[in-house]
Amino acid sequence: MFEIVEARFLAQDIKLFKIYSPPIARKRKAGQFVIIRVTETGERIPLTIADSDPGQGTVTIIVQGIGKTTKELNTKAAGDTITDIVGPLGKPSHIEKFGTTVSIGGGVGTAIAYPTAVALKKAGNHVITINGARTKDMVILEDEMKAVSDEAFITTDDGSYGIHGFVTNKLQQLIDEGRQIDFVLAIGPIPMMQAVAEVTRPHGIYTVVSLNPIMVDGTGMCGGCRVQVDNKVQFACVDGPEFDAHKVNFRNLVNRNRVYHEYELKSLESYEHRCKLNKQADALKATSV
Amino acid sequence: MAEFLPPKERTKLPRQVMPEQDPLIRAHNFEEVNLGLTKEQAILDAQRCLQCKKPTCMDGCPVEIKIIDFLELVVEEDFLGAARKIKEDNVLPAICGRVCPQETQCEAKCVLAKRFEPVSIGRLERFVADYEMSKGITSEIPRIDKKGKKVAVVGSGPAGLSCAGDLINMGYDVTVFEALHELGGVLVYGIPEFRLPKEIVRKEVNNLRNMGVEFKTNVVIGATYSIDELMKEEGYSAVFVAVGAGLPWFMNIPGESLAGVYSANEFLTRVNLMKAYKFPEYDSPVLDCKERRVAVFGGGNVAMDAVRTALRLGAKATIYYRRSEAEMPARDEEIHHAKDEGVKFEMLTTPIELLGDENERLHSMKCIRMELGEPDASGRRRPVPIENSEYIEPVDIAIVAIGNGSNPLISQTSPDIDTNKWGNINVDGDTMRTSKPGVFAGGDIVTGGATVILALGAGRQAARGIDEYLTDGSW
Repeated sequence: MFEIVEARFLAQDIKLFKIYSPPIARKRKAGQFVIIRVTETGERIPLTIADSDPGQGTVTIIVQGIGKTTKELNTKAAGDTITDIVGPLGKPSHIEKFGTTVSIGGGVGTAIAYPTAVALKKAGNHVITINGARTKDMVILEDEMKAVSDEAFITTDDGSYGIHGFVTNKLQQLIDEGRQIDFVLAIGPIPMMQAVAEVTRPHGIYTVVSLNPIMVDGTGMCGGCRVQVDNKVQFACVDGPEFDAHKVNFRNLVNRNRVYHEYELKSLESYEHRCKLNKQADALKATSV
Repeated sequence: MAEFLPPKERTKLPRQVMPEQDPLIRAHNFEEVNLGLTKEQAILDAQRCLQCKKPTCMDGCPVEIKIIDFLELVVEEDFLGAARKIKEDNVLPAICGRVCPQETQCEAKCVLAKRFEPVSIGRLERFVADYEMSKGITSEIPRIDKKGKKVAVVGSGPAGLSCAGDLINMGYDVTVFEALHELGGVLVYGIPEFRLPKEIVRKEVNNLRNMGVEFKTNVVIGATYSIDELMKEEGYSAVFVAVGAGLPWFMNIPGESLAGVYSANEFLTRVNLMKAYKFPEYDSPVLDCKERRVAVFGGGNVAMDAVRTALRLGAKATIYYRRSEAEMPARDEEIHHAKDEGVKFEMLTTPIELLGDENERLHSMKCIRMELGEPDASGRRRPVPIENSEYIEPVDIAIVAIGNGSNPLISQTSPDIDTNKWGNINVDGDTMRTSKPGVFAGGDIVTGGATVILALGAGRQAARGIDEYLTDGSW
């Protein structure tokens, strides 16, 4: 059992957790992930590490409640426990002094772009960050991103905050302005990462994406997370999770990630049904007292 | 109490047949197939042992169990004594009695095997181990002076468990590190419930815990700690690397990235470890196999485990193997069990392309027929494709079970451990020493995919090697 030391919502359905695991907190590097299991009957899901505090012994993850496991996790509060956390897994981000770098985070992907932006800054780069969100209330880590950026931009799809438009609009604008960009890291929904890859491809800007295929063990044993990169099979858990965006077969990634879609819906439905029944039972208990 | 009959009478006794679940019933459940000998059967079968002056059966056992001694105790109906006798050499008898290929080991070397049928050594090992468990007897902390030295065992599969068991008996403090959330390695994620109930694994692990072995799950050596950190910072004097064969091989044919294509490791892990057959009570799903055509590629024990698992999930399950049945590496018992249960066998056939729809979902495969040519390096006749024999076969789920490469995590983070061109760790065959001082290795990470008992043997050998090293300190 692993204790949740801190838990707070950053935006609607997006929650930050600090989980007590000193060895992982001490060891992790930007770009790596953990696998967690929330309960004894739970599935194993990979989550990229957003931050850690070796002194406190905690690992920070930021989670958007979408499916059964993430919604169940988001009901947890400080003092609660999860059954398992293991890591740090995957290869760390490749960090060097590139020159000018652009870190792009879409939605909760910002949580993953953040530690790499920190590392890029530490390595002496001129760090530009672009954070995209659907709407103002969904913007996360604004202050943290600002603190590590030489230039920080926010885009919202509906124009309710920052620049009206997508992250790719801002990136395109920087390129069109003739800015020298040496490295782009994009993390977020697959269509966003693919769109970023298409923006930088004609300019030959080295672009890396962090992939999120379905995983089971996370140590190379099952091969479920295999992705096609440069027409070769790679295991995201041990060969990645970061890959050259211009060589990734995104279509295959989307299709493989969809394979359990109906099961995920069923799992969520059965979970929410149980939650509802529990609430009704609690209400009954309350009235009978 | 029974006594041995005169030798001539003994050879007249028939080898006892182990009761098993009816094939048509067991094809639909995950309960254990073999039900174990009865007490009466066990005594009768042990009676058949000729108690040879120079027993050859032991030569066939990688851990040299004192077979005739434990058989004698069975005849005397001292089943607990028999279990203790086995445990002098094998800490996991309930597991080995179930999954060892006795027909090519101890039983193949039994003198009776020449003219009659061999003593049912494996079934008797299982019988006494189960008897001991049923009496609730567990092992205790060994009464031995502690040596005050810590040894780390990396991996809780058969090699790791046997090494831990021997080391604790020698007086070392032993910690076993496991990457997954459950202990047992391939015994829990790979071998299915119907062949090895997980309750048996849990009890064997608990025995070791009662003896003082410490277990830590959710720790990946090579990620959470490096081997150097274990030795320099965490205070371990020696490390035994028993991480198993890690990375599944694929066939490198077009279409292997389609949705609906699994490695056997993934399919079995989802069902065994993550209990996907109980979805949605358990969260992890596996693609619905009911009435679906499931093709398993390969001819080893893992292929048999995968195909029989798919069958139990309701599939129309077929094995595709590029050679003929005679060359199949799987145990005869597994092949027979699979056939009895209704698995179809397509021999001398191999897929050359997997085909999918516009959403990259597998729907069919292109296969080619083979014939056997000249023997290859393995001594088996090489399969040669027959020209123009390609055909298309509809298939819903494909499972690739052609073996495993080695996991790169240890070698990436400890480059001073020598590996061969396949990534397997090189060791000294006697001491199990690697090229890195204080580090030993054994099991599938050294040999490539092999058997549970060979891994157990390697674990024992490593324990002796570690004891020798920690006693005199020279490398």
